Amino acid sequence: MPSYKLSVNGKAYTVEADAQMPLLWVIRDLIGLTGTKYGCGIAQCGACTIHLSGAPVRSCSFPVSAVGEQPVTTIEGLSEDNSHPVQRAWIAEQVPQCGYCQSGQIMSAVALLAGNANPDDEAINSAMNGNICRCGTYPRIRKAIKTAASYSH
Amino acid sequence: MEPKDVSRRNFLRQAAWSGAALTLAAYLPTSGQTVPEIVNPVTNGTVPGTELMSWISISSTGKVTLMCNRSEMGQGTFQALPQMLAEELEVRLDDVEIVFAPANPEKYGPQPQEGSFSVRGWAPRLLRTGACAREMLTAAAATEWGVSRNDCYAEDGAVINRNTQKKLTYGALVEKAAKLTPPTEVILKKRTEYKIIGKSVPRKDIPLKTNGSAVFGLDKKLPGMKYAVIERSRRFRETVKRFDDSETRKVPGVSHVFKVKRPVFSQYCEGVAVVADSLWAAMQGRKVLKVDWNDTDFELPNTASLEKQMRENLQKIGPQPKFESEYDQCTQKLEAVYETPYQSHSCMEPLNCIADVRSDSIEIWGPIQEANWIQADLSQRFDVPVERVAVHMTFLGGGFGRKAFPDYPYEAALISKQIQAPVQVVWTREDDMTSGPFRPGAFYTLKGGLHANGRIHAFQAKTATQWIGQEWSPVPPPAPQAGGYNTGDFEGLLHPYRQGIPHYSFGGAGTHSPVPVMWWRSVYASTNGFACESFIDELAHLAGKDPLAFRREHLPSPRYQALIDRMADLTNWQSRAKNQGWGVAFTECFTGICGHAVKVVRNAEGKVRIEKVIALMDCGWYLNPDTIRAQVEGSIVMALGAATTHATTFEDGKAVQQNFDTYSMPRIADIPSIEVHIMENDEKPGGVGEPGLPPFAPALANAIFDLTGRRIRRLPFSLDEIL
Repeated sequence: MPSYKLSVNGKAYTVEADAQMPLLWVIRDLIGLTGTKYGCGIAQCGACTIHLSGAPVRSCSFPVSAVGEQPVTTIEGLSEDNSHPVQRAWIAEQVPQCGYCQSGQIMSAVALLAGNANPDDEAINSAMNGNICRCGTYPRIRKAIKTAASYSH
Repeated sequence: MEPKDVSRRNFLRQAAWSGAALTLAAYLPTSGQTVPEIVNPVTNGTVPGTELMSWISISSTGKVTLMCNRSEMGQGTFQALPQMLAEELEVRLDDVEIVFAPANPEKYGPQPQEGSFSVRGWAPRLLRTGACAREMLTAAAATEWGVSRNDCYAEDGAVINRNTQKKLTYGALVEKAAKLTPPTEVILKKRTEYKIIGKSVPRKDIPLKTNGSAVFGLDKKLPGMKYAVIERSRRFRETVKRFDDSETRKVPGVSHVFKVKRPVFSQYCEGVAVVADSLWAAMQGRKVLKVDWNDTDFELPNTASLEKQMRENLQKIGPQPKFESEYDQCTQKLEAVYETPYQSHSCMEPLNCIADVRSDSIEIWGPIQEANWIQADLSQRFDVPVERVAVHMTFLGGGFGRKAFPDYPYEAALISKQIQAPVQVVWTREDDMTSGPFRPGAFYTLKGGLHANGRIHAFQAKTATQWIGQEWSPVPPPAPQAGGYNTGDFEGLLHPYRQGIPHYSFGGAGTHSPVPVMWWRSVYASTNGFACESFIDELAHLAGKDPLAFRREHLPSPRYQALIDRMADLTNWQSRAKNQGWGVAFTECFTGICGHAVKVVRNAEGKVRIEKVIALMDCGWYLNPDTIRAQVEGSIVMALGAATTHATTFEDGKAVQQNFDTYSMPRIADIPSIEVHIMENDEKPGGVGEPGLPPFAPALANAIFDLTGRRIRRLPFSLDEIL
């Protein structure tokens, strides 16, 4: 089986995996970081969202062989202590219910705010529409993104 | 059961909620016992300290551990139950740790997570338990000081001597307190004395869910654990004729391939398990597995045949003679058919479960709504004594009723037993969405007659649906029932109106189908509420009356009058103009009452869009207002999906929608502004997690009628297609 060198949350890992193995399963089962979730397997729900070089990617549909040199960031890599502004905003607005989709929601929101420090509703809709929340926390997600934006002002 | 009599309600209120002396109930303390080993999904640790009551442990350093005996699937139970214990125990929530209690009905009572029951069902017991523990600690301090109990009071995890201001912490008192006999009567606090009940205290599980550390079922690992996926029959009752695993066994990591089954009520669904060292390997092995199915000897339903059956069944429900004679006297009459689809639960976390089966024990870890049921079910099916079956709950990535079903833990146990190793069974999204059990579709014929004064004189509901209670069996359901006169009970159907409508009747007919069905958030009320509250609106228009005023006439109880007054205020109902796109609906189920007002508009392209939803929850005595708001917001989003974006349909005996590409979920851009308000009153605690859902679809349909004159009688419908 081929071997891949990955940088995940600033740490170097070497994994042996089938070239087609989605990054999601590499992160969860080979590296052991379980904050990134399996929801649909076809890039429809966003629960598996991670960052590749800072850009949001649905890791369930992204083969490990395509990662190359790009650094991977998962929910565990945002902060040591829940102190990332988006994490703080999520706690302040009490966003999660079941919480299963929230790693993906947060990763999408972090990527949005990295490119747009003050997103309006339309920008939020466009960046977050790939993330499903079955518990229906969307109103709080919208609010928390605006709260997170306000932290940097 | 609806308490109709106001005086009886007042009695209950006095007895339960005003600090009256109460006798302790069951599940109370076994003092001085050591704590059994409990797996904590948060820390994977064990609980330190002395167990004061079944629910409360305190270490000598004063560390307080409170048990949550019900599962956390998003609804806030993880914190809700300890919040009640902490209030009467006199500790701050910040100072306690919460852990999930394992299945143990003798110790923690029944643990099913259903029926919006956590607060409404457990409040009396947990308040008493917390108070009882506080009294034991206080008594221990009084003995220590040689003073009267009345000279002491408890506060912030310590007992204080009123006269000397001396203080003994719970940690210093716990060992002595645990040897005392619990009091048989305790005085509960008055509502005005609460420090944490009734407050929006932040949820303790939330920080675990913003950094990826919350352990869901799929995140749990055991040493040496294997993974299994199952090639499943998509036609529910197919059996395995033969399978060819020659290619599967070539996949590196695949170790076992064998036939399995899962119980669905009184029957089994068959499949072929692929077991491997990793989940990915198991999935690859499944892709190349070839299974031949026996697909004869049972019906292959499709949506058209199921709908035809429901329509025909409605015709077969005979007349109720006494009702018909009253209906005949009405001056204006209306009859309408309402149609609602099958639905999938589609929790964000697909089903999964870990089992470790040994020669004389079974241990289960997973996202489980019904720990006791699974314990009892596995004990019986595997012939292992119930005390040798341990069921550990992880966090649940959604539940909505689906994770109360014991089929997936059974699969895990069956496979573990066969391979003699711990195993995690994982359902793919496609397995989860196509295998059921589903929410049943329901069709209705509603008949209403008005007297000359424009009041409803007679109301009849005929329902054709697949009964969950009938279970999944080859035996046809009973013949259609005409129903009684002024009796009968369909959750969420006409509940509050019965005091205001003199003559009513319910009839029902069960669908016979191989599609397995079960409860889905708010169960029958999810569809009953749509039919009933849409039809009440139709009758209001028939009577030429304002829809809110018409409801006020037919909902005479002071509780409903207050609810309608508040809704009128929140919506500024009096000043709205007709045909501006406002609709309202009120439903009652699981002892919670909820009203929604929906405002729709036409956008620049002429499409109907939802501008705002105002929800008003009356759940009586309440615990955490922010959790209530979150639950109602979520219920509205779930109801929006069920009304406008998705349904499960069947073709050739299979569910058509397999994943979120065809089973469309509401997304952030679809969500209108939502306001949630809570009624303040002294009624008993009511349900919250489910009652917020049913009024949405009818309020939306009523709003669309107000704006466009078009009456929606079938779900789901597309907002884009409304002209």
